[in-house]
Amino acid sequence: MDPARLTKLDEVTWRIEPTGAMRVPAILYADEALIRDMDDKVAEQASNVATLPGIVGASYVMPDAHWGYGFPIGGVAAFDPEQGGVVSAGGVGFDISCGVRTMTTGLARAEVERVKDALADSLARAIPAGVGSEGAITLDAAAMDAMLAGGARWAVEQGWGEAADLERIEEGGCAAEARPDFVSARAKERQRREMGTLGSGNHYLEIQAVEEVFDPAAARAFGLAPGEVVVTIHCGSRGLGHQIGTEFLKEMVVAAEAAGLVLPDRELACAPIASEVGRRYLGAMRAATNCALANREILGHFARRVLRHFFPQVEVRLLFDVSHNTCKVETHQVEGRPRTLFVHRKGATRAFGPGHPSLPAALRAVGQPVLIGGSMGTGSYVLVGAPESEARSFASACHGAGRAMSRHAATRQWSGRQIVDELAARGVLVRSPSMRGVAEEAPGAYKDVGAVVLAAERAGLARRVARLGPVICIKG
Amino acid sequence: MPTGRIEATQPADASGESGWEHFPHGADIGVRGWGPSPARAFEQAALALTRIVTAAEVRPEAEVAVACEAPDLDLLLVEWLNAVVFEMAVRRMLFGRFAVTVEGEGGSGGVRLSGRLWGEPVDIARHAPAVEPKGATCTALRVAREPGGRWTAACVVDV
Repeated sequence: MDPARLTKLDEVTWRIEPTGAMRVPAILYADEALIRDMDDKVAEQASNVATLPGIVGASYVMPDAHWGYGFPIGGVAAFDPEQGGVVSAGGVGFDISCGVRTMTTGLARAEVERVKDALADSLARAIPAGVGSEGAITLDAAAMDAMLAGGARWAVEQGWGEAADLERIEEGGCAAEARPDFVSARAKERQRREMGTLGSGNHYLEIQAVEEVFDPAAARAFGLAPGEVVVTIHCGSRGLGHQIGTEFLKEMVVAAEAAGLVLPDRELACAPIASEVGRRYLGAMRAATNCALANREILGHFARRVLRHFFPQVEVRLLFDVSHNTCKVETHQVEGRPRTLFVHRKGATRAFGPGHPSLPAALRAVGQPVLIGGSMGTGSYVLVGAPESEARSFASACHGAGRAMSRHAATRQWSGRQIVDELAARGVLVRSPSMRGVAEEAPGAYKDVGAVVLAAERAGLARRVARLGPVICIKG
Repeated sequence: MPTGRIEATQPADASGESGWEHFPHGADIGVRGWGPSPARAFEQAALALTRIVTAAEVRPEAEVAVACEAPDLDLLLVEWLNAVVFEMAVRRMLFGRFAVTVEGEGGSGGVRLSGRLWGEPVDIARHAPAVEPKGATCTALRVAREPGGRWTAACVVDV
């Protein structure tokens, strides 16, 4: 994207003035190099989002944004139901409540290095990953509805997790007002055998080491010590979320046309929050959120079980679990008064600053952990929500590195075996059923995650706390 | 039509009358099929969908039937590809052969599709499946008759 198309407000803040049908401006947070790397489609899509009814403040773009579906990936937009605001299936995405969790172990990297090969093999056996993998859990109709209503709380009740985890998950591990009865039979069928599976693509389970600490006080509060090992899991609501996204996108295309909504892009399909379709989508989307929360809790439990086999005394504690494909009801200060808004984050992470009442007591003084997945070769970051993020972006930050090249281009440039061997030579073990999948996810296929998080920090969205380096990577 | 660079192309027959290709879209992949009719183009688009997952042979060991309908051909393509994604997911199968019939003129009557899919269960060792398609999208969605008379059917698939 040519920066000359934008109004530069400061080194990391750019604005697209409202023109035509835009109700609000678009605000992009990124340094000039990241802006230049962004597809022109990001500006177009952010401007399109700004035309939707009931949008409040601005259509925001995070530093890792790229071309998405209707909304840019890395897009944030809040809608006021009292101003005719809408909810959009495309604004949440197909992988509803896809997100990241990080668990601390207290283990020193040297302890893990001694058993690294065997640990990688055990994790690969314990974590079903990739196309065609089989989970050990099959849900009947009653269990499916209980899972969709209960989320991670349900997983803990079933013995796949620990009660102490729940306060470290958004919404206490259970999205309220979930409506399993609004989830189609086809979506449930797609999920019947998928609980406790990782999926494929950019989803992963990693054993990581804390390689750099930027904010020692926040790192202490988060339980992150230099040289210690953590477990990070990135995955979402699997087939159920995809099916719900697919079905409601189609329904909202028809509903928007019927309601006379003129949409610049069919993928922006949406429905008024107060409408029948809008209410049904919200109920189904919250059920899918619970599916994602339950799935990450189960995968965390599997990882715990493996670690305890190797290290019987290990205490695996959930640092935080945060989703980055969501629509959540939140109260935000807008022009000095609190308003209840439906905040869409499509490939963007909630980033509550210090003092937010929804944070668990142990984290409230510091702020919310913001977990940023990088690529398997370059590492990930833990950030903390900045006090200014509320005013800057409805308390939102980036979610990852973002791709720099297509999957096919990556497979032309690297082979999976070459990537696995190169990473092994650097001390990173990759286990994956698909060498083509590894090639598609090659570290070089991603943008520099360090530049993304630095831009987020400079923009006042979230502050860097620690950088995590990969040790073992389980890929689908 | 935001096609980007063509990334993989496979004419399905010697005449080049039918075939498919992939085109890039950020983290995801676009599929495009072409042929002498919408039905043939839809079959080729489904083959392109399978080729997102595997480059290996997919044996026609079992047959699955699907049916779907939509207000127009564009949305019918999304419905068709999503029906294939659904069968891949719940049966843990890959499909390598497709036979499609399309009926209807659109408008108030809509358009209907009957499809048969031939494939086999995923064999992780032999198929080395890469990424899992999550769903077909309305992005870069286009079903059209080109000036030369050939039909194309394209959209981006979220993976």
